[in-house]
Amino acid sequence: MMDLRSDLARARGLGSAKEGTGHWWAQRVTAVALLPLGLWFVYSAVSWGSMDLAAFKVWLSEPGNLLLMVLFVGTLFYHMQLGVQAVIEDYVHGEAAKITGLMINIFAAIFFGAASIIALFKVAFGG
Amino acid sequence: MATGNRPLSPHLQVYRPQITSILSITHRATGVGLAVGALGLAYWLNAAAYGAGAFDRAQAIFSSLIGTILLIGFTFALFFHLCNGVRHLFWDTGRGFEMVQLRASGWAVVLISLGLTAVTWLIVLAG
Repeated sequence: MMDLRSDLARARGLGSAKEGTGHWWAQRVTAVALLPLGLWFVYSAVSWGSMDLAAFKVWLSEPGNLLLMVLFVGTLFYHMQLGVQAVIEDYVHGEAAKITGLMINIFAAIFFGAASIIALFKVAFGG
Repeated sequence: MATGNRPLSPHLQVYRPQITSILSITHRATGVGLAVGALGLAYWLNAAAYGAGAFDRAQAIFSSLIGTILLIGFTFALFFHLCNGVRHLFWDTGRGFEMVQLRASGWAVVLISLGLTAVTWLIVLAG
């Protein structure tokens, strides 16, 4: 089929990995977000060790705590997916194994991220 | 292109270990470790969502000796990855690449992340 676009037009915006700087930028944005969220998470987690479920429910029912936990978990699993992707791309050389690994990575990040956020809402709002 | 057995990365074994290269691979290793930790967090949150029995079991696992050692490891991994992440973000501005600066910022990351881990766990174990 005839393609009337020039070589430059077809190559523009693709980048070496056909995605430009999208991955790099998303990694930076989530990294910057995780600086305050990560420090807040450790500060909060220090008090969890001595809690039973009732105490954790009270803690998580604070609107600010629920909001920051949801933001932290969502950003964490997004950043995790980006990082593990880079590791797979660097160390897994077989094309089939690489694509399988990249897919499992995305599925796992969304599955565990969604499961964590649903659990947060269930604990905060559940009876 | 014959790519069969060609080496794809620099031969690790021909380089003398240096603070720069050690911290580079440690950043990656702590990232992978934190991915495992994120799965642990997903388990812990879902235990809370399932009820008091599951939550008490999760609390018992994480407060056991092995669980505590793992949590100390995750804490160090988080602080290291966070501090070295700040180092990376600073590099993104195009600064800090002189060898003297690289070594100084590297050792600063090691000392600060070890210090933050120690302070965090002193608070946990004292409280």
